[in-house]
Amino acid sequence: MRNGMIIVGMADLNAAKSPGALTTLGLGSCVGIALYDAVHKVAGLAHIMLPDSRLIQNNGNIAKFADTATVRLITDMTRMGARKELLKAKLAGGAQMFAFNTTNESMRIGDRNVEATLKLLKQLNIPVLAQDTGNTYGRTVELYADDGRFLIKTIGHGTRVL
Amino acid sequence: MNFNAKEFDILKEIGNIGAGNAVTALAKLLQKKVDMQVPVINLVEFKDIASFLGGPEQIVVGILVQISGDIEGMMMFLVQEDSADVLIRALMNGLSAEKRESGFTEIELSALQEIGNILTSSYLGSLAGLIQKKIVPSIPFLSIDMANAILSVPAIEFGKVADKALFIESVFEADGVSVSGYFLLIPDISSLRVILTSLGVE
Repeated sequence: MRNGMIIVGMADLNAAKSPGALTTLGLGSCVGIALYDAVHKVAGLAHIMLPDSRLIQNNGNIAKFADTATVRLITDMTRMGARKELLKAKLAGGAQMFAFNTTNESMRIGDRNVEATLKLLKQLNIPVLAQDTGNTYGRTVELYADDGRFLIKTIGHGTRVL
Repeated sequence: MNFNAKEFDILKEIGNIGAGNAVTALAKLLQKKVDMQVPVINLVEFKDIASFLGGPEQIVVGILVQISGDIEGMMMFLVQEDSADVLIRALMNGLSAEKRESGFTEIELSALQEIGNILTSSYLGSLAGLIQKKIVPSIPFLSIDMANAILSVPAIEFGKVADKALFIESVFEADGVSVSGYFLLIPDISSLRVILTSLGVE
């Protein structure tokens, strides 16, 4: 816990009911997937590292991958009273932390994480209300279950609310 | 990925020699005596690495080189901002900013990048010598940001095969001021086997 918020680690996920809040610290190329049911006031946050569990052998940790983490997060949230058809998403992260020349596919991992997450949410019919993704800097995010606001903090690149 | 005790001992020794060589090279660059403590080497889970660096949101300087040749992967050198400042001052001989108000200047960033370059390439040079293999480092890339954000890059790359990395904490004194530097060697899984096999394990 930090300032009353549940901390979601790297390759981790969690859900909270109002008035709870969730945070994940220092998203780099990873993506923070925030889901929210505004009617039942249930929020869920996942900190994923890789786009697709099916492409990786070492896939025991379901919270590490966009596909498996999102499915689990939805399950956890529905157990708390959320309805899948009411869920809306917001995304943050997917930065490119080092200025590699980007011909190497594996170095574009931030972009690939974002692309995979957007595609997945589309398949699941979850609308994406807002995203703060890409660029070259890290982000700490906070998701509040009372109204679904998604606060994004950076070092030297300002603070914003989605 | 799991190591037996013998393999881990060998990896530790590689880290020890590599960090020793890196700090010696730094002393030459600075033309100053640099005293070094015995490095502390651990196999650490990625999610815990930031705690060694002052926490997930601690601002750190990360210098990363990609490795190719007989060994593939990444090598990273990390320092906190205050240690980076000590290194810059030592290298620039009083030509750096007197008092820092916000961030580093372009030339200071170049100096840092060069320090990272010297440290990582001498570390990798000693490793190449030990295992008699070719290791080609890329140019150094620099990023200053939250520890977790910087570590996400090797964590993701390595996370495809494992959840731990060899983490080497090296404390040395430059100009009478203590600097804590951290080396992270992240060979891909087959390269790790190449290293161990070259040294007669297995």
